[in-house]
Amino acid sequence: MEKTVKTFSVRYVQILDENGDVDKKLEPKLSSQQLRELYKWMVVERVFDNTALSLQREGRIGTYAQSLGEEAVHVGSVYATSDADWVFPDYREHVAFLMKGVPVKSLFMHWGGSEDGMRLPEKSNIFPVCIPVGTQTLHGVGVALAAKIKKEKLATLTFVGDASTSTGDFHEGMNFAGTFMAPAVIVVRNNHWAISVPRTCNDPDWGGCQTRAETLAQKAIAYGIEGIQVDGNDILAVYSVVKKALDKARKGLGPTLVECICYRLGAHTTADDPTRYQDPKVVAAWMRKEPLARFQRYLKKKKLWDEKFEAAVQAEAKRMVQQGVQEAEQHKPKATDMFDFVYEKLTPNLKKQRVEWQD
Amino acid sequence: MARLTIVEAVRDALDVEMGKDDRVIVLGEDVGANGGVFRATDGLYKKYGQKRVIDTPLSESGIVGTSIGMAANGLRPVAEIQFDGFTYPAFDQLFSHAAKLRNRSRGRYACPLVLRFPYGGGIRALEHHNESPETYFVHTPGLKVVVPSNPHDAKGLLIASIRDPDPVVFMEPKRIYRAIRDNVPEGDYVVELGRARIAREGTDVSLIAWGAMVRECEKTADQLASKGISCEVIDVRTLSPCDWDSLLASAQKTGRVVVVHEAPRTLGFGAEIAARVQEELLLYLKSPIIRVTGYDTPFPYFKLENEYLPNPERIGRAVEQVMKF
Ligand SMILES: Cc1ncc(C[n+]2csc(CCOP(=O)(O)OP(=O)(O)O)c2C)c(N)n1
Ligand SMILES: [Mg+2]
Repeated sequence: MEKTVKTFSVRYVQILDENGDVDKKLEPKLSSQQLRELYKWMVVERVFDNTALSLQREGRIGTYAQSLGEEAVHVGSVYATSDADWVFPDYREHVAFLMKGVPVKSLFMHWGGSEDGMRLPEKSNIFPVCIPVGTQTLHGVGVALAAKIKKEKLATLTFVGDASTSTGDFHEGMNFAGTFMAPAVIVVRNNHWAISVPRTCNDPDWGGCQTRAETLAQKAIAYGIEGIQVDGNDILAVYSVVKKALDKARKGLGPTLVECICYRLGAHTTADDPTRYQDPKVVAAWMRKEPLARFQRYLKKKKLWDEKFEAAVQAEAKRMVQQGVQEAEQHKPKATDMFDFVYEKLTPNLKKQRVEWQD
Repeated sequence: MARLTIVEAVRDALDVEMGKDDRVIVLGEDVGANGGVFRATDGLYKKYGQKRVIDTPLSESGIVGTSIGMAANGLRPVAEIQFDGFTYPAFDQLFSHAAKLRNRSRGRYACPLVLRFPYGGGIRALEHHNESPETYFVHTPGLKVVVPSNPHDAKGLLIASIRDPDPVVFMEPKRIYRAIRDNVPEGDYVVELGRARIAREGTDVSLIAWGAMVRECEKTADQLASKGISCEVIDVRTLSPCDWDSLLASAQKTGRVVVVHEAPRTLGFGAEIAARVQEELLLYLKSPIIRVTGYDTPFPYFKLENEYLPNPERIGRAVEQVMKF
């Protein structure tokens, strides 16, 4: 005997189309002020990005990873969190820190090569930048499990890239989340690239790509948890889906994997040269779908956007970012901090090395 | 002869071996069309195709684990890990299997793979891109550990590593990837594994180092020469199996040893060198053995990296200290 024991499907959500026209049935109930706030944060991230890029070119900060093209994913997801919810970024979600109350200067201190940048404010429920990709999945699930054990009303939001879904830690994190029904939401930023390696396999017989899975959302199914795909260039879709997932998690109804389809519109980092492996025509086509312009069109149709508003938002973002640059550039790390934060108390060995360093 | 940098010499070694031996394949993240983030595999993808220069999914454990299988089935995989700090996810495969497969199967299976990666600090890089993890590999029986310090050796040692019947961890000093150009012979040659090199002869003190620290020792030796101190600089080149005869001969000759490495001091390879030298040569020693190393802290973000890394000033002070005895 043979029979089908289970079939699966993956849903896709888009609320704003490329012209900024909205699907009325799915439009989230956000006030005018909230909609404008979403827009402001996206502008802040873009201004931050451009500023960081020029600072890097001038040698004033180190290697930098651009967020261009992912603003809707970052802003929409984090906007859906409560203050009590924890965020686990990797290295591209700059605005997530700002939205969680971290000052701009901290980010420039970090990218400028000082650990002091990741000395995050006590009230900010966000983990430091995480570079070994995929590893943070487990941390997000761990905090969620602790919250469940402690009966805290909170959920965790973890960002990973498309390539992170190839790592063991990602899968282990998903499995832990599923088995324990952890209040964890995992957002995959599917920007189609891992440096030069494409997300999608085109060769029917060989790799050279990230995964043959048709969607990344379906990876959730294997762990018995919900997986859903959204248009990552549509901030309303990202916000709505992540908000629902976080609410569900806080109610004890389990974890969710949200795959956001976007595109990396810049280089991988300032050390990368994408002309070696990318077709500029494809990038240009995705540029036309980019999230900020799309949301602007929507706001304009709702009479929430005009030139005057734009000028004010831009000016405020520039002021905020420039102030952060100035503050960060006044900062000098203390060399002895190298020793003082390894353990809570300096060990005898480190005490000796600290003295040796000072001589 | 061509004038090559270290990273070009690495590429040349891969090209030579791939050209000669169809079993040699390269795999890793971004090694294909992109030619590696440091361009160590530049042009090889075009030349040898996607089945011999393989862009893998992002998984270091996957890269090393599948390399073990490929090696067991007759290929000669040369796996690239993008940076030192990303070797850690591959430790289980490397330590539990690559290092033990031969012994476990009493020689039925071998694991002739090479694991290459750029290591060390000094390039203003992000966190996890500055590590010197050699101790972990040297401490693991079954692995060989090779660290070139110049273009000539980089090519000859890499070719020898690819031909070696056992797993070799090949650490490339990224800080000097492009700092030096050397005459590098064209085509095929090997620098035998397990042989140290006297980088500079001297009589008063032996400076023992590998990778990027060899240059720092040479600079120190230059500076101290004007003060009348004669330093011998030993480039260890192969940390495992280590050429103890050469290291001990130098220590016996000078009677004074300073070991220099970037890795944290505690249980760094300097500790092993100090232990061996005193075990074998106590009566020849004129002074204690001193280590100039990274501190026992995480490698700091780049604003402080120069406070952490050994430099000629710190090495010079250590030499003056041993000369006082
Ligand atoms: C474990 C690990 N291996 C390798 C790297 C080097 N690296 C940094 S980012 C990156 C690509 C990651 O791609 P993805 O997860 O899709 O995120 P994206 O950079 O596209 O945002 C690689 C290979 C790393 N940071 N961590
Ligand atoms: Mg990606």
